[in-house]
Amino acid sequence: MPSLKDLRNRIASVKATQKITKAMQMVAAAKLRRAQEAAEAARPYSERMGSVLANITQAVGGGGDAPALMTGTGKDDVHLLVVCTAERGLCGGFNSQIARHARDHIRRLLADGKQVKIICVGKKGFDILRRDYASMIIERVDLREVKTLGFVNADAIARKVIHLFNEGAFDVCTLFYSQFRSVISQIPTAQQIIPAATAASAQPETADGASAVYEYEPEPGEILSDLIPRNIAVQIFRALLENAAGEMGAKMSAMDNATRNAGEMINKLSITYNRQRQAQITKELIEIISGAEAL
Amino acid sequence: MAEAFKFELVSPERLLVSAEVESVVIPGAEGEMTVMAHHAPVMTTIKPGVVTVKNASGSEERYVVFGGFADIVPAGCTLLAESAVAVKDVDRADLARRIQEAKEDAADAKDDQSRSKAEQFLSQLTTLEGAILPA
Repeated sequence: MPSLKDLRNRIASVKATQKITKAMQMVAAAKLRRAQEAAEAARPYSERMGSVLANITQAVGGGGDAPALMTGTGKDDVHLLVVCTAERGLCGGFNSQIARHARDHIRRLLADGKQVKIICVGKKGFDILRRDYASMIIERVDLREVKTLGFVNADAIARKVIHLFNEGAFDVCTLFYSQFRSVISQIPTAQQIIPAATAASAQPETADGASAVYEYEPEPGEILSDLIPRNIAVQIFRALLENAAGEMGAKMSAMDNATRNAGEMINKLSITYNRQRQAQITKELIEIISGAEAL
Repeated sequence: MAEAFKFELVSPERLLVSAEVESVVIPGAEGEMTVMAHHAPVMTTIKPGVVTVKNASGSEERYVVFGGFADIVPAGCTLLAESAVAVKDVDRADLARRIQEAKEDAADAKDDQSRSKAEQFLSQLTTLEGAILPA
């Protein structure tokens, strides 16, 4: 049985913890709002990029002059996985969800006899994947110092990926991130970015009937070879933003849970404390009374 | 007064302009062009330069863009810029950094084709610097 002093200390420490988790929850809520705004602000660009890309792909017609980034190398022996996770923990199952999704994918690929390479974006995913697949991780991108995610960050990652592709280091590139649905639901997603699977995702705008008579300056093939790398950067940027919003959402609900748990614990400890204090008082009273009777 | 049309300037981070405008001057990869209402459908890449937007009300706004492309249809014009800022907000240090990077790229280029591309980009950047930083 812990003494009264021990109980008092426990209650004080749980209260302190509760204050911290409460503060973290509020910080996450504020950051979530900002992350959501950023994700929304980025949406018009990626949407228009999609429709423009669909238009131009139609014009080029997937012919011989389509760049390799789009058509792929014709093989699928070596897979590159870009796994985007958060830099910080304390956000529930957010990071492990993404890592698990990636791990399942890796297992499937390895079972098929493919070769796998991994680029980790964010510290947490690296920590988890390092345990099983340390030898496959070829690169680790650290965004710890980054305060607000900019397109520059995504562009740097995209450049690395494209550079590797041009060197023939891999055939297929898949992006892993968490899609932000709501504060309580983030869906780990895998998206293939090389070769680009745009045709299915974006329908060309044929409503104005203008797509057929476009003039291109310079040639469509040339524009396309400029556009595809940019599109990869945009996809990565979008993934990073979704991740940022998802991380904050997950952190918010995790911290909300923690605050509630701490509250319950404080209640339970207070009851034990009060009971024990009362027991001691009663005991002392009995001692005094029986002492007085004895006289 | 010329007819107004819909113009949108979008960077990956946000939507900068979405307005009815009279004309827009775009620094196309193969020369500057002025877009007005009912322009023939054109798709062009753009080089680093200044976009001049003339609003329907007659006022003018200028934006610096660093590469991207424009999608022009009779109904409107969408400019997808890799990075865009209003001329008055241009960060000299940022521009200097980009020029420095372009110089390094030009120096590192392995073959003639990529070198000429990098040098072209560098000259576009320095022209831009001269155009927007008079003082």
